[in-house]
Amino acid sequence: MTDLAATDALPRPKRDLLPVLLPAILALAMLPLIGSGSSWMTLTVASLAMGMMIFIMASGLTLVFGLMDVLNFGHGAFIAVGAYVATLVLLPLAPYVQADSLLTNLAVLAPAALAAMAVSGALGLVVERVLILPVYGQHLKQILMTTGGLIVAEQALYALWGPQIIPLPLPTSLRGSFIIGDVAIAKYRLLAMLVGLVVFCGIQLVLNRTKIGLLIRAGVENREMVEALGYRIRRLFLGVFMVGSGLAGLGGVMWALYREQVHASMGDDLTVLVFIVVIIGGLGSIGGCFIGALLVAMVANYGGFLVPKLALVSNILLMVAILMWRPRGLYAVTSR
Amino acid sequence: MTDLLTLAGVHTHVGRYHILHGVDFSVPEGQTTMLLGRNGAGKTSTLRTIMGLWQASAGQISLDGQRIEASATPDIARLGVGYVPESMAVFSDLTVKENLILAARDGPLDDARLEWIFGFFPALRRFWLSRAGALSGGQKQMLSIARAIVEPRKLLLIDEPTKGLAPAIVVALIECFAEIKRRGATILLVEQNFHAAQAIGDTVLVMDNGRIVHRGEMAALAGDFALQEKLLGLSLETHQ
Repeated sequence: MTDLAATDALPRPKRDLLPVLLPAILALAMLPLIGSGSSWMTLTVASLAMGMMIFIMASGLTLVFGLMDVLNFGHGAFIAVGAYVATLVLLPLAPYVQADSLLTNLAVLAPAALAAMAVSGALGLVVERVLILPVYGQHLKQILMTTGGLIVAEQALYALWGPQIIPLPLPTSLRGSFIIGDVAIAKYRLLAMLVGLVVFCGIQLVLNRTKIGLLIRAGVENREMVEALGYRIRRLFLGVFMVGSGLAGLGGVMWALYREQVHASMGDDLTVLVFIVVIIGGLGSIGGCFIGALLVAMVANYGGFLVPKLALVSNILLMVAILMWRPRGLYAVTSR
Repeated sequence: MTDLLTLAGVHTHVGRYHILHGVDFSVPEGQTTMLLGRNGAGKTSTLRTIMGLWQASAGQISLDGQRIEASATPDIARLGVGYVPESMAVFSDLTVKENLILAARDGPLDDARLEWIFGFFPALRRFWLSRAGALSGGQKQMLSIARAIVEPRKLLLIDEPTKGLAPAIVVALIECFAEIKRRGATILLVEQNFHAAQAIGDTVLVMDNGRIVHRGEMAALAGDFALQEKLLGLSLETHQ
């Protein structure tokens, strides 16, 4: 039978489910080591919430690398700027933040998050046009330019707000925990998980159900052919870069509220973490990035509980282990 | 007969390398022009330069009277140029359907045109929802060609479509190109398989060392074995 009539079935693509199962396997494996069911549950929820926040920050970076082949070492600047913008919005609205009403709290949190995304996205537009456009296709120069951009952004934040840590208290109704049996689940962590899931599902929906998403997936695989089909991929690059920057800004807000503080070097601190997640996941893979973020958060939380000294190097150890198993990350994008 | 595509004194540099050395030719509207030559003669580079994937460093390229040598690739495609690269370049992670949806940039897929395409390539209907990466080489080539013709195009640039394919698929491709031509498209086709080139081409161009060294009717070259041997290195055994 020739390929022409093709009555034979295609070989079924192998479903690679092991990376998807890894977080669940890791969580179950930790249960006997931790011993206490309530501690395990608290650590697991904390890991999921932390993982979702890291995913929000890292998702833009992995898309930017996958589609544009740009190594943006300045991604942390968008995180810090997002956090500062939210602080600017929330501090004058302190009475509403402290009101004991979930609706009132959310009514001020939502515009703060939107403002953070808008400003980070707009900053992304400027960075792409000014810093990245001249160095497309030149990785070394991209690293130099974007690292320089991060330093400039960090110093600008120092100059504007000073070196001190700015407290950013959680809204009243998001403080405290839900107590289920002897398990305490922090309310804010539930919100963080919810927002992370919404972002993940939103990205998946756009990538798999819209023509823009098809273009992004096709562009990650073969930019040249997308252009040969008549699409101006530079505009798509810019759009993805702005959305990625905006998501980093949202992640910055979530992280700042999680830590209840903002400081100028927070973007710098998180850049390494975000890069580890993107590398673990497979450069350009959103699904890999999601699993990578969960794994990093789990290793940090479980490791910090079981062997506190190990927590300092747990992320690097995890990355080394994953890359020894899968040198191109959990889900390698086809063309890379 | 008017010329749809004209190249005049086109030079192309890729990095330090001078690939095309003043390429001159015209492609008549509604005809299939074969671009032949040995490996490394500059055929693929010529198509890439026309498509704007490599910028011409000198010379003029005109499509339907409009200068395009300085245009960006998407703008050239939007003038009505379909491109089938030698590598096929199907999007492996996308399904057959998604590959064609992307290629139909002017709107939704036209059912009648799809049926026409499925007439040549029934495998594409069967594997409509399969990932393109799972297709065989021949099926990927069908998809790559289907992508270029899913909407009517003025000019099709096709690079070595029969390379490595089974004879039955080559026959189907030849029928497909003949039908595309009957529908009024102009084709510039790079081909190494001389038998396929004979069956498809109206006119022929032969390249060597980045230059056009022969142009004429396909039938004339097909009947002149000595010229074939001189230009293409084809021996008599090739025809037996």
